[in-house]
Amino acid sequence: MNVFKDAGHLFRLAAVFVAGLLIFLVIRGFLVPKSFGQLGHYRANAVAEIAARPIKFAGHESCEGCHADVLDKKKNGKHAGVNCEACHGPQAQHADDPTAVKPDKLDTAVLCARCHEANAAKPRNFPQVDTAEHSRGLPCDTCHHPHSPVIVAGGAK
Amino acid sequence: MPGVDGFMYPNEIELQWSVLIVLYPFLTGLVAGAFILASLERVFQVEAVKPTYRLALLTALSFLLVAPLPLQLHLGHPERSYEMYLTPHRTSAMAMFGFVYLWYLMAVLVLEIWLDYRRQIVLLSQSSTGWKRAIYSVMTLGSTNISERALAIDEKAGWLITVIGIPSAFLLHGYVGFIFGSIKANPWWSTPLMPVVFIFSAMVSGIALVMLLYMLITWARRQVIDMKCVDTVARYLFYIFVIDFSLEMLDLIHRIYEADESFRSLDFMVHSKLYLSHIVVQIALGTIAPIALLGLTQVAKLSDIARKRIYAAAGCLTLMGIFAMRWNVVIGGQLFSKSFLGYTTYKMGLVAREGLLMAILLTILPFAILWVLVKVLPPWPEASSGSIPDAEPAR
Ligand code: HEC
Ligand code: HEC
Ligand code: HEC
Ligand code: HEC
Repeated sequence: MNVFKDAGHLFRLAAVFVAGLLIFLVIRGFLVPKSFGQLGHYRANAVAEIAARPIKFAGHESCEGCHADVLDKKKNGKHAGVNCEACHGPQAQHADDPTAVKPDKLDTAVLCARCHEANAAKPRNFPQVDTAEHSRGLPCDTCHHPHSPVIVAGGAK
Repeated sequence: MPGVDGFMYPNEIELQWSVLIVLYPFLTGLVAGAFILASLERVFQVEAVKPTYRLALLTALSFLLVAPLPLQLHLGHPERSYEMYLTPHRTSAMAMFGFVYLWYLMAVLVLEIWLDYRRQIVLLSQSSTGWKRAIYSVMTLGSTNISERALAIDEKAGWLITVIGIPSAFLLHGYVGFIFGSIKANPWWSTPLMPVVFIFSAMVSGIALVMLLYMLITWARRQVIDMKCVDTVARYLFYIFVIDFSLEMLDLIHRIYEADESFRSLDFMVHSKLYLSHIVVQIALGTIAPIALLGLTQVAKLSDIARKRIYAAAGCLTLMGIFAMRWNVVIGGQLFSKSFLGYTTYKMGLVAREGLLMAILLTILPFAILWVLVKVLPPWPEASSGSIPDAEPAR
């Protein structure tokens, strides 16, 4: 009996730990999403939740409807295979309501380098330049037309 | 590209693990080392180191509290980190860290400190006034039983916890080594020796730190340094350092002899980019020099004052060397290309989330915490506590 009395503080300590554990379990009950673990170590609802989010990219076809001029230019150039939104960014909102939402102006010095900066790890036949040396600080679109980048005699085409 | 020699893959050019990830194993190492020094007294009955016992425990606690902060700062979404407790991922070593950490903090350190200080806490809760009294009263958990039998029970429980604590301290730091050692894609890290080397270097750094702190605090309190204690601590430091050094050399010799496909690249790195931090700082200044200094005190008969100075110098060199070792592991492991054809450079930010100032702040923080802890729970014998009200510990 005496042992229990003299170890009383240890029981109190144990009680604190148990209380801590219980509080943790209660909090956990609230915080862990309900669908967690149904299919694996993740929220089973994750796909549905993501699908429910607003769409950000409109897709190439949707731009074509209104920007036929750009398309005409682009489809014969070297950037034919590059999606509009790969450069202009997600524009679903703009495509829905072009007057209210306008795409941001692009800074070609940053944009073009993202794909064309010379790097030994890129496939050898991909066109790449050492941008600093190649453009000498000028924006790329002073010489190249972004939608049809190859420069031919007689000006940008 | 500036800072890149030879060929690097694009995702290797910038280092992902910064100086904070260097700091993290350094801090946990100090925790594990300080705790193991404390357990020397408790479990292995090394009476001489008793004056450092409580200080070592408090040091371990204050560094342990700071240890996860570098990781939090490194995370892109620190506010989500608690989720690893809610939905534990049992197959990921990194995700299990939270539990290793919590176990060590709550089940080992806090418990052991509480049991050891209980008598004093109860006495203080009765003698102090105001908010201090309130704090101490909460810490007693409402039990003021400090009868002889109760204290005997505490003693037994404390012993048990230390016995559990030693493997836990090994686990805590072995785990950090394991994280690196198990990355099989990186030849600089991938070796099963890594956890062992980490544990021994942890002991070395922790013991050196407590030794320095003890000498510094005693000096600041204008008390006499217990030379028998420091001598014993230094002797253990010496032994463990020799083991640590042999292990590291074993690793090195193994690599040289094995000379696998990564060897030439790593060898070149050690002789170029890592020369200063690895050969000069880590091995020459941070390992051989302190071992030689400590060895000298073992063979030669030196005066007290000479020994004190040597211990102080050796302690500082040791801490620097172990920090360099963490640096060379973490940063060195990211400087070379997996193609073994090139090297990059680590550019440390100054005022950045993972920059130099942050690293300095995180190094000072544990000392501030220790300062508070020492105020609340004076680690020196009860008789002398209070008589020096404004002792100025650590920095
Ligand atoms: C419903 C028709 C419509 C669709 C679909 C549409 N746009 Fe537009 N877009 C416009 C109109 C109209 C303007 C001119 C707005 C103005 O100047 O006020 C415009 C302007 C722009 C501009 C130039 C903005 C400027 O600063 O001059 C860009 C770039 C652009 N659109 C890109 C896109 C892309 C990329 C898509 C496909 C995701 C797209 N648009 C889809 C109608 C459309
Ligand atoms: C290679 C990157 C790139 C691609 C691909 C691209 N653009 Fe552009 N676009 C630019 C740049 C750069 C500008 C000029 C800067 C600006 O206006 O932001 C521009 C300008 C525009 C403009 C306004 C000026 C003009 O020439 O009429 C429209 C509209 C436009 N783009 C629509 C499109 C559409 C539609 C597509 C897909 C058919 C497309 N872009 C594909 C880079 C690109
Ligand atoms: C999203 C990536 C991307 C961006 C951004 C981009 N390009 Fe391109 N670029 C390409 C691709 C893909 C090709 C076609 C390569 C091929 O045909 O092999 C190409 C081709 C070219 C070519 C033709 C090279 C040749 O002689 O075959 C030029 C010039 C060019 N781009 C310039 C630019 C400029 C200027 C910009 C900025 C306005 C830019 N690119 C932005 C992907 C990009
Ligand atoms: C001063 C005008 C000028 C500027 C500015 C300029 N370019 Fe060019 N670029 C050219 C010319 C001219 C060629 C064609 C050279 C040739 O075909 O050899 C060319 C060719 C290219 C090519 C094709 C290289 C190849 O090997 O096929 C790419 C890619 C390119 N430029 C990208 C860029 C990028 C990216 C920028 C912006 C950083 C830029 N250029 C800025 C004039 C310019």
